[in-house]
Amino acid sequence: MNRILFKKQLAEEIFELKVEAPLIASERKPGQFVMIQLDTDFGERVPLTIADGDPEEGSITLVVQAVGKTTHHIADLETGDVVENIVGPLGTPTHIEKLGTVVCVGGGVGVAPLHPIAKALKEIGNEVIVIIGARSRELIIFEEEMKAIADELIICTDDGSYGMKSLVTGPLEEVCRRDPQPAMAVAIGPPIMMKFCAETTRPFEVPTVVSLNTIMVDGTGMCGGCRVTVGGETRFVCVDGPEFDGHLVDFDNMMQRLGAYKPMEEEAHEQCHLDKEIEELKEK
Amino acid sequence: MSHPDNTQLVEDAKRQLDEIVAREDPLKPKDRLAIPFQEIPSQTPEERIANMDEVALGYTPEQARVESLRCFDCKKAPCVDGCPVRLDIPGFLRAAGEGDFREAIDIIKRNSLLPAVCGRVCPQETQCQLHCTVGKSLKDVNKSVSIGRVERFVADWEAEQAEQDLPEVKPETGRKVAVVGSGPAGVTVAADVRREGHAVTLFEAFHKPGGVLMYGIPEFRMPKRIVQREIDTLRTMGVTVETNFVVGRTRKLSDLIEKDGFDAVFVGTGAGLPKFMRIEGENLVGVFSANEFLTRANLMRAYDRKNADTPISNARKVAVLGGGNVAMDAARTAVRLGAEEVHLVYRRTEVEMPARVEEVGHAKEEGVIFHILENAKRVVGDEQGRVQAMECLKYELGEPDDSGRRRPVAIPDSEFMMPVDTVIVAIGNDSNPLIKQTTPEIETNRWGNIVVNENGKTSMDRVYAGGDIVLGAATVILAMGEGRRAAASINELLASE
Ligand SMILES: Cc1cc2nc3c(=O)[nH]c(=O)nc-3n(C[C@H](O)[C@H](O)[C@H](O)COP(=O)(O)OP(=O)(O)OC[C@H]3O[C@@H](n4cnc5c(N)ncnc54)[C@H](O)[C@@H]3O)c2cc1C
Ligand code: FES
Repeated sequence: MNRILFKKQLAEEIFELKVEAPLIASERKPGQFVMIQLDTDFGERVPLTIADGDPEEGSITLVVQAVGKTTHHIADLETGDVVENIVGPLGTPTHIEKLGTVVCVGGGVGVAPLHPIAKALKEIGNEVIVIIGARSRELIIFEEEMKAIADELIICTDDGSYGMKSLVTGPLEEVCRRDPQPAMAVAIGPPIMMKFCAETTRPFEVPTVVSLNTIMVDGTGMCGGCRVTVGGETRFVCVDGPEFDGHLVDFDNMMQRLGAYKPMEEEAHEQCHLDKEIEELKEK
Repeated sequence: MSHPDNTQLVEDAKRQLDEIVAREDPLKPKDRLAIPFQEIPSQTPEERIANMDEVALGYTPEQARVESLRCFDCKKAPCVDGCPVRLDIPGFLRAAGEGDFREAIDIIKRNSLLPAVCGRVCPQETQCQLHCTVGKSLKDVNKSVSIGRVERFVADWEAEQAEQDLPEVKPETGRKVAVVGSGPAGVTVAADVRREGHAVTLFEAFHKPGGVLMYGIPEFRMPKRIVQREIDTLRTMGVTVETNFVVGRTRKLSDLIEKDGFDAVFVGTGAGLPKFMRIEGENLVGVFSANEFLTRANLMRAYDRKNADTPISNARKVAVLGGGNVAMDAARTAVRLGAEEVHLVYRRTEVEMPARVEEVGHAKEEGVIFHILENAKRVVGDEQGRVQAMECLKYELGEPDDSGRRRPVAIPDSEFMMPVDTVIVAIGNDSNPLIKQTTPEIETNRWGNIVVNENGKTSMDRVYAGGDIVLGAATVILAMGEGRRAAASINELLASE
């Protein structure tokens, strides 16, 4: 029935939702995502990475940032509400291997999907360094969860309100300079952050995995709407990914494609805020 | 092309039928040949480009009878040989001609499960109607008996009757069959297997069942309520429909048998992997596969801009690449979404176009601009990576290739620019690799199609397959035919155990 079992606000416009989805909970692996649709007739399907799963309880945890119309509506759901459609787990799971030291970089809401990957990398025997970053202190999420698994946790904020005053690329570069070098980097966050993480690790030749969150329609390889250019080849994020070699991804093209419906999205985003303000005014 | 007046068509048919019924002597072939061909009442091009409703409105009962009476009822019935599922065409036309529509639909349903669908989308002009003796006598295949339109009429007639004839379901056998994919192949298998009393679960990746009929073929050609009706019938028969279930991901194919206790599985997952041109600029903003464009428009209802959450580009000048049904559907959808210019670019000539003749005609009437013997060379974008133009090349027809079709050859230095803001690629579909990737034990050929034997069985024990995943992108009727064959094998397997 996909009932919401639990909801928590993590930061401004960032929410954690635990949703009933027994089949997905038992099949999902780190790195995979689901597609959510709130209304069968007119709803949009949006991809959300699975932050956690509990097969016993039959639930999955999603972390949602309200950016467009649908994510706003998801954020408005309350415990007990039902999500009409959830499909998954989709995408190719992360390749988890014992490599030695790995560095995991998460930006903004990307820290949530990074968590199960970091955890799995740790469990298989890697030394895991975690770097998390956000614009400011209020936007840092999953700090406790990461602390529980990381051998070393570095926090940074753009404005210096918490941890180091730096972009995540600062500590990432420092980690790459260490001896021994990390055997792999994983970066999940806004496209621009992943792009610069890949640029940071490139001179050190540290293999860098990024998890792409493109526009999707079906999530099963049927439409090609999610395609990106990787090493000069067209790849479908929903089936070939979502993880790719960050050194080969054409981030500029990806960001342009992500912006395809920006004007419409912004309008919807504003409308959502307006609607809320009107509601609040009415209540008063 | 001038449009016949719908009221006139209906009036004419009434009169013609009265005249025929009033005759004392039976109709001879010569008389039948003289009965006027019945045009189907339709929305005019001006009307229909402003809505998503079905273009053809359908025959009236009188028209259906008059058209059926044109059939010679020839002994050899060459039309039946042209039909992939061998409908008793003269039989149902005879009944329809007498006005016994119940009998007509019952005859059709002996072989076909989806007459309302097939009557609408089958390429009759290359199947049954191609061989029709009436068309041959009139030396015009377009004047053959309109078998498809009569089929559609009797199917729609039945749906309007208070009493529906539900297929009989035998007592429960306790056996379980999984059907993967709810397109025409899957729907057929679900019905045929359920009739034998086996429990059937139909798994569909999307949130709505129906396959291409739901997400690909637009409302104006395949009204969704008709697809919905077929699914509702399955539910009434006791078939369980599980949407949002991707076999291979939500559950492995082998787990369905090993863990979930299904006694047999049918895979009907369709083609569904869009081909791209592999040209420069193909990933620019504003380039879509036809699958994406049509899915947004149909399944996600983006044409209803006010209510739908899924956006669709505000395409003003559109180029569609390809010459099949998919290309026509994309072009005509773009017209309805308000594009100012829609260009259809095809590298061969109209004769080679795989699209149905009727669809080509409709597209032209609706103002789609045809560019034959031209093809895209690259897509050009602006600084924001948005499509600005498409560079094209002109072609001529050279020597015939292996398929016997004359090969299009690019004319050197014939490049020219077509200013467009949207490019829709509709050059075909390969088979979706998801099942293959997640089920290494299933044998596929080099195009990724699942290999089956003459009974529709795959290399895996208890696993059958059919439809586009086996044939490559084909047709609804072939998918249905394959489904019937596989269902018969599954029923036989379960009966033998
Ligand atoms: C735009 C368009 C126009 C067309 N026009 C015509 C026409 O006019 N006449 C005609 O005869 N044919 C036409 N065709 C072709 C026809 O639609 C197909 O040949 C037919 O639908 C194939 O049926 P199918 O059952 O094999 O697969 P499909 O109809 O493709 O259905 C497959 C279903 O399986 C689902 N699926 C896929 N993978 C999985 C999975 N792993 N788990 C669960 N579900 C899965 C898909 O979501 C889909 O719903 C057209 C096709 C398109 C795209
Ligand atoms: S979302 Fe459609 S192919 Fe990936």
